[in-house]
Amino acid sequence: MAGNRNKGNPGLMGWIDDRFPATAMWEDHLSKYYAPKNFNFWYFFGSLALLVLVNQILTGIWLTMSFNPSAEGAFASVEYIMRDVEYGWLLRYMHSTGASAFFVVVYLHMFRGMMYGSYKAPRELIWIFGMAIYLALMAEAFMGYLLPWGQMSYWGAQVIISLFTAIPAIGPDLAQWVRGDFLISGITLNRFFALHVVALPIVLLALVVLHIIALHEVGSNNPDGNDIKKHKDENGIPLDGIPFHPYYTLKDIVGVAVFLFVFCSIIFYAPTMGGYFIEAPNFEPANALKTPDHIAPVWYFTPFYAMLRAITFPMFGLDAKFWGVVVMGGAIAILFVLPWLDKSPVRSMRYKGWISKIFLVLFAISFVILGVLGALPSTPGRTALAQLCTAIYFAYFILMPWYTKFESTKPVPERVTG
Amino acid sequence: MKKQLIALILALVPFTALAAGGGHVHLDKMEPDLYDKASLQNGAKLFTNYCMGCHSAQFQRYARTAEDLGIPQDVIEENLIFSSSLKYNDQMRISMQKEDAAVWFGAAPPDLSLEARLRGADWIYTYLRSFYVDDSRPWGVNNTVFPDVGMPNVLAPLQGIQEKVCDPNHHVAELDPLTGNQVGESCLKITKEGAMSKAEFDKAVYDLTNFLVYAGEPSKLESNRIAPWVLGFIVILFFFAYLLKKEYWRDIH
Repeated sequence: MAGNRNKGNPGLMGWIDDRFPATAMWEDHLSKYYAPKNFNFWYFFGSLALLVLVNQILTGIWLTMSFNPSAEGAFASVEYIMRDVEYGWLLRYMHSTGASAFFVVVYLHMFRGMMYGSYKAPRELIWIFGMAIYLALMAEAFMGYLLPWGQMSYWGAQVIISLFTAIPAIGPDLAQWVRGDFLISGITLNRFFALHVVALPIVLLALVVLHIIALHEVGSNNPDGNDIKKHKDENGIPLDGIPFHPYYTLKDIVGVAVFLFVFCSIIFYAPTMGGYFIEAPNFEPANALKTPDHIAPVWYFTPFYAMLRAITFPMFGLDAKFWGVVVMGGAIAILFVLPWLDKSPVRSMRYKGWISKIFLVLFAISFVILGVLGALPSTPGRTALAQLCTAIYFAYFILMPWYTKFESTKPVPERVTG
Repeated sequence: MKKQLIALILALVPFTALAAGGGHVHLDKMEPDLYDKASLQNGAKLFTNYCMGCHSAQFQRYARTAEDLGIPQDVIEENLIFSSSLKYNDQMRISMQKEDAAVWFGAAPPDLSLEARLRGADWIYTYLRSFYVDDSRPWGVNNTVFPDVGMPNVLAPLQGIQEKVCDPNHHVAELDPLTGNQVGESCLKITKEGAMSKAEFDKAVYDLTNFLVYAGEPSKLESNRIAPWVLGFIVILFFFAYLLKKEYWRDIH
């Protein structure tokens, strides 16, 4: 709590501080928030995710001004934005590229957490809020992709919503309840629009606030995974800590410039990214009577889509589709309990044993392979590879309590090593 | 045994269908050039004269086309707008009703605003040059890129009569190692000259495809124009941000 700090000061700031903890908040979260001084490349992606979130909200607001959320008008209104709205094409490409950029930075941000054990005590809640953000982000992206009402919007949504039908007994009714119709229609489009532009952004923003409050309560982890608060100077300031502002704000601006260079290059020169950010069939309006030859989700969902398709056999009297959905859901759900699977006495990969290192590398490789496989039509060989990668993905988590407990670790230095 | 054999063959059908369906048709390479205004203007002329009887470009406006391609308004109004109900600022729409067209052609001719983004320039460029005589089809022509297509060969007066002399699926044409285009004997042969030579016709289809690429994403011109300025600004921002960061971090060890 701000308490009585900064009270009774003269001037406008004093007047405000007597009534609202503006200066106290600035100090708590920026100028007197002490972050470890040894942040490396991997620590850029948190602030970049915030930048992309702001980009999505701002460009989204302006797109909403010209978008027509109806089955009859949605496709044409997107082309209207692309051609007739001043700089509409730029807003649209910033938003569509931003969606992919969001997942790029979030995946790298999550990998950083896994690498340096940022999910471990006392940061379990930061990780859980982060996972909730990831879940909300997936829902947000999925619903947003239906809005342009192209062929891939329609059939992608068709495939994903039909997954609900795999749930025994209530499945078909549940899918119909989600669609609001017997098949995907303007009703589905309208409710997805409402959720995409109002409900989920509110949830996302609230979760981001919770994520950051939880982070600033316990303090940032660092690549060494040790605790900078153990060694403080006479004023109670961590010896290895530096104020977030100006040090990390200025450092992050450098990262922002590099990010923007890549981001803008894609917007200007390759906005569809060869069909990975905007798929070619989406330039044809949705047609419920014409199924595209090959339906693939956008790249950020392909690892999970590959896992869904990897389950090709029924078990315990339930069909393969049901188990595919269970595996896909499980792949995301298991990330939530990661803090309790890791029994290692150390946080950072730098001081964990070689089994942890090998498992993390295998996990990352299989996730990427699954991502590639999920974008391709399946063949028997690819399905076998997807099954192997799915097994590795789950082995990383399920075996973690064992290998993190029994492997020998290196001693963690008392102070950060730069 | 016989049943099992049939089952095996049926099980393999999807694979053979997949092999025949996707990407196995050779497409000639077409490199669009959005700065070749003469080509785009010629393409616009060909599009309005030969395509717009049946196909609209309903998201593209005449005025936008005129401004981007450097065509004066009166030239557009006199030569490219054929319907009295359409004005300079209108979208490039057509009078044919989709319901009627579906009856006449079997399927309504699609709107072509985004055709180049949907199928790619190579596809359009090859498709329009791949009609051949086939008396079994309603319009007397078929197409090697789009088999059994419902479209007549509207460019025949320019191209002439083309016949298929072998099966392109089993014919390996000699390819130019640089362009990837067919240079050797093709399975399609012009048997009766049209108004254009083969080279002239290829150029005309190039221009038409070029125009469709432009019409698919007219913002590309603006995008290309501002891109260097934005990226240049970001480079300068990076330079100063880096120096500032370095200055502040001087004391951190």
